[in-house]
Amino acid sequence: MGGHEQHSYWVILLTFFLAIILALVPLPVWMLWARPEWLALVLIYWTIALPHRVGIFTGLILGVTLDVLEGATLGQNAFSLTVVAFLTLILYQRMRVTNLWQQAAMVFLLVGINQLICQWIQNLQGVAAETSLFLLPAISSALLWPMILHALRALRRHYEVN
Amino acid sequence: MRALLSIFIVAILIIADLRFNSLDGTRSVLNNLAAPIYWLADTPTRIFAWSDTNIRSRSELLEDNDKLRTKNLLLSGRSQQIAALMAENTRLRALLNSTALLRNDVLVAELIGVSPDPVRHQMILNKGVVDGVYVGQALIDEEGLLGQVVEVSEMSSRVLLITDATHAIPVQVNRNGVRAIAEGTGALGFLEVHHVAATTDIEEGDLLVSSGLGGRFPVGYPVAVVSKVVRDPGRAFTLVEASPVAALDRSRHVLLIFAEPQNRTP
Repeated sequence: MGGHEQHSYWVILLTFFLAIILALVPLPVWMLWARPEWLALVLIYWTIALPHRVGIFTGLILGVTLDVLEGATLGQNAFSLTVVAFLTLILYQRMRVTNLWQQAAMVFLLVGINQLICQWIQNLQGVAAETSLFLLPAISSALLWPMILHALRALRRHYEVN
Repeated sequence: MRALLSIFIVAILIIADLRFNSLDGTRSVLNNLAAPIYWLADTPTRIFAWSDTNIRSRSELLEDNDKLRTKNLLLSGRSQQIAALMAENTRLRALLNSTALLRNDVLVAELIGVSPDPVRHQMILNKGVVDGVYVGQALIDEEGLLGQVVEVSEMSSRVLLITDATHAIPVQVNRNGVRAIAEGTGALGFLEVHHVAATTDIEEGDLLVSSGLGGRFPVGYPVAVVSKVVRDPGRAFTLVEASPVAALDRSRHVLLIFAEPQNRTP
């Protein structure tokens, strides 16, 4: 059993790693603003699926990692992902029983909050966006949610991560 | 409880980073880990670039070859004059009793990542401390000035572009030497030139070059071309916008400039 536990941890880590890579892949200029918040999506999924394993501290560590990679203020993504994980932990029982599009609506709100927090901290540094385009990732992330959910659920069942 | 602890940690991080800059050392250590991840994230772009150079038709190659030949002829034609101009320049400088400007050494670097955040105009280069890159070093592409190095780690460095909202560069109008400061706006397309008096001689189409004041950037590299001048009597200063000449969102190979200390006449 011990070996199996180890194995399943790797699945979670691997998905987070892929999400980080996707968050850094260069995009054409017209798509820059709409980049989905991959890390937030994957974090939300694992928090709903395994709230006893993935949660606030996971969000904190992932956030600091993303901050270093993005060259953002240390703590920016750490703060927003912590809040996202915290809210998901409150909501996970509700999200498990609602249908796909209601879930997507909640993801829209969660990623929207994520974006607002990031924007707020960037404001402290004086590099904030002057448009509301920074909310676009909330829409693109919500649209991607069904795909993420199915892919990660298949992965979780296949490797029996629990 | 966990939430409170996390928020506490995050608050300390943000304050330490924003107010006291006390995490710069930690950051440059952590950045060593960043280079391979950026390299990995850059793989799709590299594959496209590879297929672009390797899968080409003969006619395209011939056409390219022709174009490059013409360009080469033009450039070597122009460089013939440069020798004479340099000699003349040295003579004139001797007359003015100021020391000669030294030529700058350059290092070719390749882009391995761009900031995923659209409001942050930063790039990651594949050269670091090992190659002698230092904080504050200027970099150019074939057209003009791109920006400066803000963080270095062993194998990579992070660069701030001149269009970033937190960046400003001292410039002068190439035509008449009027000095100004061009600030980034967060938009890739233009810089704002601040505090230009209403009577200043500056026109659309003027080339702005780096003035070297402030000691950060080397003198005389093209920065931007003035694209808009609005003289509004209601404003204290003239509104001047300029578009950068460097291909900020397209350059893949850039040159890092090693500026040598320059003695200028006071």
